Amino acid sequence: MSNNSLAQIGAITAMNVRNMSQRAASSIVALIGIAGVVTVLIGVLSIAEGFRAVLEISGSDQVAIVLRNGATDEMGSGLSQDQTRVIADSPHALRDEQGPVVSPELYVIVDRPLLTTGTAANVPLRGVGQQATKLRGNFKIVEGRNFTPGTFEVVVGKGASMQFADLKVGDQFRAGTTNWTVVGIFEDRGSVAESEVWTDATVLQGAYNRGSSYQSMRVKLTSASAMQAFKDELTSDPRLNVRVFSEKQYYEEQSRILTTLVNTLGTSIAVLMGLGAIFAALNTMYSAVSSRMREIATLRALGFGSAPVITSVLAEAMLIGLIGGLLGMIVSYFAFNGMRASTMNFATFSQLTFAFTVTPQLLLQGLIWALVLGLIGGLLPSLRAAKLPITTGLREL
Amino acid sequence: MADEALVRLRGVAKDYKRGSETVHVLHALDLDIPKGDFLALMGPSGSGKSTLLNLIGGIDRPTAGSIEIAGQRTDSMSDGDLGRWRANHVGFVFQMYNLLPVLTAERNVELPLLLTKLSAAERKKRANAALKLVGLSERAHHKPRELSGGQEQRVGIARAIVSDPTLLLCDEPTGDLDRKSGDEILDLLQALNQQQGKTIIMVTHDPHAAARAKHVLHLNKGQLGHEAAA
Repeated sequence: MSNNSLAQIGAITAMNVRNMSQRAASSIVALIGIAGVVTVLIGVLSIAEGFRAVLEISGSDQVAIVLRNGATDEMGSGLSQDQTRVIADSPHALRDEQGPVVSPELYVIVDRPLLTTGTAANVPLRGVGQQATKLRGNFKIVEGRNFTPGTFEVVVGKGASMQFADLKVGDQFRAGTTNWTVVGIFEDRGSVAESEVWTDATVLQGAYNRGSSYQSMRVKLTSASAMQAFKDELTSDPRLNVRVFSEKQYYEEQSRILTTLVNTLGTSIAVLMGLGAIFAALNTMYSAVSSRMREIATLRALGFGSAPVITSVLAEAMLIGLIGGLLGMIVSYFAFNGMRASTMNFATFSQLTFAFTVTPQLLLQGLIWALVLGLIGGLLPSLRAAKLPITTGLREL
Repeated sequence: MADEALVRLRGVAKDYKRGSETVHVLHALDLDIPKGDFLALMGPSGSGKSTLLNLIGGIDRPTAGSIEIAGQRTDSMSDGDLGRWRANHVGFVFQMYNLLPVLTAERNVELPLLLTKLSAAERKKRANAALKLVGLSERAHHKPRELSGGQEQRVGIARAIVSDPTLLLCDEPTGDLDRKSGDEILDLLQALNQQQGKTIIMVTHDPHAAARAKHVLHLNKGQLGHEAAA
């Protein structure tokens, strides 16, 4: 493109932009429409992003999860005490002064009312082994103390404590045939564990008549590179009939259903709202073009080509898109980022608490979407402006 | 008219479709306009004056016939070529001035020069020279709404002449002005014709304005009537 063409485009665009104040009302409607679309798009996708982030930070490459063969999650799994001992004896399991760093675990679901709506929701109650906290690198009691093994005491993840009733330190709640007492709140850098309630696995076995069986076994390996050898060892052991996942892989698979669902839903909503915003942008740009039909015809009579006219109208529409997009980015960031919520983890049918996470990629995605809406909204009006016979345009008032 | 025709029309017809009906606006016109002429086109409303002006100016195309300006056939040019040809050869003066309201007088006059390869400094210099020629140097930085009708039309004329076009086409240039302002515009057009040698074709209803032209042509129902020296 020559400097001359650029000068033409620049001159006409600058003129259009300076004219925008004369169409403030319709420009603002289109701008707000686009900002709304971007806000909703970013908001919905930040749910998936937050959910994915929780599951991502929950998984370590150095921790293995062992389930019964054929099980895809803890709910469908079962391991006998003997099997857990065989697993703990693996040479690939990390050992410290208290023995192998492993945690045979039991997983049941209890009903707790959501604080926001009062409706019952499924909260995971996890029975853990003595070494469980060493398997979660960031585990930290932030209020109260850890449970005493052998008692009906529980500690509650910070996320669960904020979302559900009666899960504060000192609270008691009934689950199964037992009254449980909350003695502490823990954090684990926002991981899945923060959505759970923990107690001693052997106590939970008794409370839920599970005998000496467990559902899963977590094993900290000597290193991440020992994962394959650990898998090979366990799957070839005739005493065991198990599957082995790295914790990271396990959570990635769990998050897939929900993130796909939310992404599809979010994109569908954004597309539907986007259609509405496109009509607002079309309306604005049609009125922009019709109010300046005579100006555009005059420019074309003077010899200006169609390209600068089309480009300038598109540039104005995209400017509306850009401002709307930026507004949507700001609103969505301050409205959603860090907002805590809980949702069903379809892999375990229990609630998972997470924070809406507005990432730079999501903001960029929102902005691109806004520019695309502006572009589509400006395309037909710009073609109309360029195609209208000059003599017709000159007669417009 | 003289042999050395700047504008040569042969068998030019223009039809418009109005629903299923075809309206014949111009009928097989032959017309020669010599270089340096100042021609007034008169006729009742709907006689085809403005259509003829638009065809000569290349902002409309004939249904039949040929249009040759300064030796170039314009009726068969592509839209792009015709746009470039207009930028180089035609200056338009409109009844409603058609200035761009957000631009100052100077920037309005500069517009046709954006289509040339001139530098920004040169464009500014020429725009100011044109404004000086129409007597509006001191109004260069005023926007159209800050000018009187007569001043706006003078800016329109400055814009029309800034690129030194072959032809100046004026569609009712005094139609929206009072008599005094109209006379000033006609003085200016006459001066451009006589002193600068500009070829001017002016559509007008006003016999007083037509009297300033060298020749007057009457159009009636799409056909040329008698030709008279003004």
